[in-house]
Parts: sequence; C-alpha cells; structure tokens
Amino acid sequence: MTPNLPEPKLGAAQPVSPTAAPAPAAPVPPKPAVAAAPPSPTPAQPAPAPAPVLPNPLPHAPLPFKGVDYAAKGYHADATVTPDQVVFAAELLDKEGLSLDTITGVDWMAEGQMEVVYDYFHPAKALRVVVRTRIPRDNPEIPTIQKVFPGANWHERETHDFFGIKFLGHPNLTPFLLPEDATYHPLRKDFTQC
Amino acid sequence: MLVKDQLKTEIAADGSPRETFVINLGPQHPATHGVLRVKMTMDGEYVVRAEPVCGYIHRMQEKMGENRTYAQFLPNTSRIDYLSALTYTHGFVGAVERALKLQVPPRAEYIRVITSELNRISSHLVWWGAFLLDLGGFTPLLYAFDDREKILDLLEGITGSRLTYSYFRIGGLYNDIDDTFINGTRAFVAQMRPRLKMYRSLVTDNIILRKRLIDIGPITEEMCRKYGATGPVIRGSGVPYDVRKVEPYSVYSDLDFVVPTFEEGDSMARYLVRMEEMAQSLRIIEQGLDKLPAGPVMAEKVPRVLKLPAGDYCYAVEAARGRFAVRIVSDNKEIPYRVKLRTPSLSNLSLFEEASAGMLLPDALALMGSLDLVIPDIDR
Amino acid sequence: MIQSIWNFILSLWPEPLRLVLFLAGIMGFVGANAAYLVWVERKGAARFQRRPGPTEVGWAGLVQPIADAVKLLSKQLIVPAGVDRTLFRVAPLLMMSPVLMSLAVIPWGQHLAGRNINVGLLMIFAFGSVNVMAIMLGGWSSRNKYAIISAARVVSQGVAYEIPMLLVVITMIMVTGTMNLNEIVMQQAGGFWHWNFFRVWVNPLAPVTFLIFYICMLAETNRAPFDMAEAESELVAGAYTEYSGMGFGVFFMAEYSNILLGCALATVLFLGGWQSPIGNLLGNWQSTLDVLLGLFWFLAKMYFLIFSVVWIRWTFPRTQFYGLLNLSWKILIPVSLFTLVLSSAMLKLLR
Repeated sequence: MTPNLPEPKLGAAQPVSPTAAPAPAAPVPPKPAVAAAPPSPTPAQPAPAPAPVLPNPLPHAPLPFKGVDYAAKGYHADATVTPDQVVFAAELLDKEGLSLDTITGVDWMAEGQMEVVYDYFHPAKALRVVVRTRIPRDNPEIPTIQKVFPGANWHERETHDFFGIKFLGHPNLTPFLLPEDATYHPLRKDFTQC
Repeated sequence: MLVKDQLKTEIAADGSPRETFVINLGPQHPATHGVLRVKMTMDGEYVVRAEPVCGYIHRMQEKMGENRTYAQFLPNTSRIDYLSALTYTHGFVGAVERALKLQVPPRAEYIRVITSELNRISSHLVWWGAFLLDLGGFTPLLYAFDDREKILDLLEGITGSRLTYSYFRIGGLYNDIDDTFINGTRAFVAQMRPRLKMYRSLVTDNIILRKRLIDIGPITEEMCRKYGATGPVIRGSGVPYDVRKVEPYSVYSDLDFVVPTFEEGDSMARYLVRMEEMAQSLRIIEQGLDKLPAGPVMAEKVPRVLKLPAGDYCYAVEAARGRFAVRIVSDNKEIPYRVKLRTPSLSNLSLFEEASAGMLLPDALALMGSLDLVIPDIDR
Repeated sequence: MIQSIWNFILSLWPEPLRLVLFLAGIMGFVGANAAYLVWVERKGAARFQRRPGPTEVGWAGLVQPIADAVKLLSKQLIVPAGVDRTLFRVAPLLMMSPVLMSLAVIPWGQHLAGRNINVGLLMIFAFGSVNVMAIMLGGWSSRNKYAIISAARVVSQGVAYEIPMLLVVITMIMVTGTMNLNEIVMQQAGGFWHWNFFRVWVNPLAPVTFLIFYICMLAETNRAPFDMAEAESELVAGAYTEYSGMGFGVFFMAEYSNILLGCALATVLFLGGWQSPIGNLLGNWQSTLDVLLGLFWFLAKMYFLIFSVVWIRWTFPRTQFYGLLNLSWKILIPVSLFTLVLSSAMLKLLR
C-alpha cells in the first residue's frame, strides 16, 4: 500500500484507518522538498513569514521531511505524516541509525485534534528529526512503535496517561505516572479537576 | 514457613519449571535513588523480571508549565532534577531565548558554563557516594559530601541557594559573580585534582570494587539506541555522544575538553566515565575562568511580557545524567501552550527491565546504581 | 594482704565459688564490651569518615551506649502475626549463649581461665557453629522474604568459612601439640619472636595461617566486607528485619561478643595470649602485679585486633556473594590444606 502524503488541513480531522497496513511494501520515489512555511497551530493566527528554503537532510527518505533552521527552532528536519505512517517512519529512522528521544502529545482542543509528536536524535551527528501526526480528539488512536523502538513503551504509556491517546498494539497501556486507578487525563485542555 | 502460597511456578524459556516469588524493592529504599518501586520476580537469587513502577513523586510539572508564564516556570526547572539544577534551567531558558532570538551577553554565557560544570561535579559526587553506599562502602559518601560542601558554599555566595538554584534568567543571569567566587573556584579546582587522584587509588583501584563492577550489567550500544539512553550510559557503551560536542550550545564550542568514552559497556565503564567527567569539568571551569570576558550579564532588550511566536521550539543540554531537552509549543500567548520535558533518567531506566533479566540481585542493584537515577527526573 | 583475704575466701568453697565469680565477671565483661564496642565502632567510623562521632551524651559520647541500651529496652517487643513464636523468641538467645560459654575457657591470664580444660579449642568450635543456626532460625521464623533470603545466605557463607577456619585450627593444634589453650599460650613465652605468628620453623606459612584465620573470623561473624546477611541497601536489615527492641539488641550484642571471642582466640592462638611481647620483665608469676600485667597484654592485643576489624568494615565495599564463596572454596581451602600438609611435613622432618 503506498502511503499517501497529504498536507495537514487546518480545522479538519485526519481520518484514521485502523485496517490499513502500517508498513508499505516498497518505498515510493522521493518527492521534491516542499518549501512551505511550517503549519500554524491555530487557524485564527495569520501565517508567519515563510521560512527560508533549507535542504532536506534526509532526501532519500520517502516521507515529506522539511529542512528546518536549527538555530531558530532546535531541530533539523520535520515531517508531518498520517497516523498509519508512524510505524513506517519509525522503521525508516531506525535504519538511519537514529535513536528515540521522546513521544508526546499536544492537545489542540480548538481544532478538535490531538497532535502526537515523535522526536528522534542521531547519536553520532547533529540530526534531530521530528515526526508529527494528527488524530481526532474524540477517538484518539494510533499504532504503537514499540516493536521498532522498545523505549517507546514508557513514552507511549505516559502520553496515554496524560492525553488518553490509545496506542494500538501496546502490551501494557496501564497508568505509568498517575495512580493505577486513574481514569482522568490531566494534560487535556478541558481537564479542570484538581 | 515461607508462605507456600507466595511461590509461583513458572515455565522458563527452556521449558523447565521454576518457582518464583515477587519481592518489592522500595518505594522506601535504605539506599538512595528516591521513591522508586521495582517489582522483582525472583528465582532464588536470580532476577527473572524487574519492573520499575514509577509515579510516586509525580508532580505534573508539564501541567504547571501550562499555567505559568515563562518567567514563573523557572523555579520548576530546578526541581526536576535537583542535583543538576542549573543545567535544567539552562535548557528551559535556552529554549525561550532561541524562540525570542535573544542575544545573551558572552559574560553571562561563560558564567553559565562555569556554574553548570560546578553543578555537574557536585552531582557526580553525590552519585559516587551513593553508589558506593549501595555497594557497601560507607565511607566515600562522607568524603564526597565534604568536597560537595565547598561547591555548595561557592554557589551559595552568588545564587543564594544550595541545591535548587534559580540563577539563570531569560536573557542572562540574575547576579554577577564576584572575586570571592572566582578565587574560591580556583582554590577548589586546585584542591579537587589531588582528591580525585586519592579517590582513584583508594576506591576505584580497590579489588573488591573492581570485582563488583567489571563485567556486571553489560549494556550494548544497540540497546542504548533503541531505548534512547544517553549520558554516561551511552558513553560507557562506546558511543561518544555528548550534546556539548554534537549539538554545541552556549560557549562549549570555544572550550577545549574531551568526552570520555569507554568501550566495555559494563558498570565499571559507566563508573569510569563519570570519574573522568569530573576531571574534564575541572578543565572546563579553569578555561572558563581564564577566558571570562567583562561586560553585562543580562541582555539589553528583554521584553517585559514574554510572548513567544507561535510554533514549537526545542533546546537540548547535556545534564549530569544525560540529554535533557525542552520542547515548548507556543500559541503566541504569555503562557506556553505545552511544555515537554525530555528527561534522561526515564530513558535510562527504561532499559533496566531488559538489561537485568537473569542477573543476580546484587548485580542488578549495581547496574541500577550505575545508571545514576534521580527519581524526580523520571516522574517530573 | 589482698592475697591472704583471697586465699581465705577461696578456702571456703573453692571451685564453685571461683566459677561463679568467674562467670559473673565474664557476663559483666561481655555486657560492658558489647555496649562499649558500639561506642568504639561509632567513634572509629566517624573518625574514618572525617567527622567527630557521638559527642553529646557524656564526655566524648561515652554515655551513648547507655542511652542506646535504654532506648532498646524501652521498645515494645513486637512478635509479628504468623511467625513461629518459639523459634522467633529463641533465636537471639541461641545466638548469645554459645559465646558466653566459649569465653569460659579462654585464658585471660595464667591463672585467669574459667575452666582450663584439655579440649578447650574443641569446645569453642563446637559452640561456634551454633550461631549460624541461630541466624538461620531467626530469619526463617520471621515470615519475611528478605529475612529468608538473608538466612539462606548466612548458612551458605557460614558453612563455607567454617571449613578453612577449622583446617587452620587443626594446623595450629598440630604445631603446638595440644588443644589446651593455656598450654598454647605457655609455649609462646619469651619475646614476640616466640609467638605462633612467627613460628616459621614448624609452620613455614605461619603469617598466612593467621591471615586465613582472621578472614574466616570476619566471615563467621558476618562483618563487612562479608556482611551479605545484613546487606543494608539490598535487604533492609536481613535476618533481623522483624526484630524490634531488645530482640534486635541481643542479636547486636551477640555479634559484638562473637567478634570479641574471635579476636580473643586469634590472640591466644597466634599472638601469644597473655605473654608479654618484650620477654619476662618480672620473674615471679605469683604476685598480683604479674597477673594484672598478663591481663593487660591480653586485652591490649585483643583490642588492637578488634580495632582492625572496625577499620576494615568502614574501608571496603561489600563483596559479591559468589565472590565471597569463591574466595572460601577456591582459595582459602586449598591454601589451608596446603599449610596443613606442609606443617605436618615440617614436623616430620624436625622430629
């Protein structure tokens, strides 16, 4: 199955297809580097000035990596993928020799979406890669990358604790930092209990 | 009398039945580490499975980040890992400065480096004393704390605190250093070098310690990469990854130091990495003091109300335990939209379950001690 | 004058009275030592760690052990639910009694042995094995996983180190030709070059023999670096976890008394007992001053050894469990067997 490579649409939810195979059979030829401004988080803001065109540090990768100004942002490459592509992205970066930095979520309540952000870093050269994806807020599900990076086990448990995002295929999605019987997800923007 | 109902029979990997029982290490430890509970399934003296259970000191720092302004969040950063508080503050302050494109004056950068390296030495001293306490040598802890007192006194003179410093500010520092600090630091460096030699000959070369640590708790390079382990853990497995060299920040690119790396991957390698790092930190401090420029310690035009432009910003520093990274997501307001703290001890501990399978209990504890965990760092 | 009063009292009811006085003296001595060895340990530990140690209670902290004893006495003796009540209560007593009995045969001076029996050495080692069993019973009856792990470790360590110790003692019996402790001491008369430590013409490895005995003594009394049983950072308090108040206090006292016994035995066997290291200064052994002098030399040597035991505890980290057992089975036993064979060969040659 070829991965579709869309631009994230502001204000619309990304469909998740749980039956889709997460890893494609053969990589597609690389698309040219897209010179576009990084997507703004809230739709009400005017789009910032377009970032300078920087070379894609992973040109051979069949995912839409964009070069990012390290001095301004702190990372070198950024890709926005669909939720079913995250495992493919993880395998790809594993082959490149990167290591998993962290997995976290951002609750964009106004857009009705949750963003899952995967940070990777290379242990030998200065290369920080960010892979993002957006899932609908009412039913946040995303496949786990735990089989590729075992370290993701704890990061995904923590993200589930804080946001309620279900990682499909995770062996043990019990509360990691919150008490064992916690049913709330504190980092959601509508969490008001104390 | 040992409670027959507590013994379970499991089938081992090779098909043979094994009687196991579950023992709890913590959350209250006679040794240090903090409040960590490790559920160990034991087969006699062998650890079948060790599952760390975290969350006993979870304070939800990341939610606090969403309820405070950038300046108000500064004290929180010191309390994530209280032993190397200054480097964590550096990470957060660096992220905000990167986003605002603030130019920090060079004097402030040098002072930040000097104090961060002093903090690194004091953190490694606590690790060393506590690690030896775990292994049964009670005395080095007090020698380490003796040295650490001198560092704490130096830092108290300029920051006012002994442990959780709120010294860095967005744009520079809160206070300039004075001659007492400079002379005191030089004196400290001069007396610390022979102390490190003494520790080497008395403790590191001790045959009992060597037997306890060599070939114990091997962690491969691949395991480090898969779990995201950084700091002395990955440097003890042969990979010279140090954020100060790979993604240089502040003035580290102007300073001459070596990143100690050992190939073996056992507990002794991680031990030696940290002992060498203390010596290297002394070098950095000396060079920093020699090259210290004159000038202001605070940037000139720091806006009163800090509003970062929308987007996300990252900054990574090399803390005493490994790579600490901050990711701030902002929506152009005074308070951040999301603050993500990537802490080294969490990634370092996540490999404990796989690395300690099949080890003897004292060896598993030596491994855990050599990972240098600070539990509030894991739980935040 | 004192002598004549003493002789008068003795003539009334000689042997039992002497024994009772002796045993009361021993119990007092052991009690005082168990308390004040705690002080020695705490002060020694403190000085090795560059801090002052107890200074508040009494001058230089000398009343501290009394304060500790009062604290322990005032605690409730908790017997947890579900333990084996008899064994739980008996274990501390079982650990304390063999020591008291063994101390009855040690010659503190030429005429200051409780009961100078011909098989004194054998009696001490017969009683010495009981303390391993006592810790095991204490750990077993506690119904606590940490305690049981610790008890298992103690048994395996105790058995492993019993063997080289006995081999060494057999070597010394061969070398000296007797099991009577007072005779062993008498053979070491003269200056310190007559001590068994330097008796290399009979046992060429005499200093090594002393070293093996010393290491085995450290291991039998569960002192660091061989304190696997009580490895604090791993097993909380090991076999003693469930004991509170004076139950723990008795275990504690028994540990120090064992150290006392071990060092006293090492002094008798290797360092000349009550013999003075600089030869006979005063000729006549019947006067009171000579008795006191003998006692003084004995105590000086014994306390020197005890101080070295404390010193070693605070200097070295703990060994690995298999390292500990390897040391015993693979190193100490072959070496002590070798010295045994060597000594018997030398004895044959000398004859």
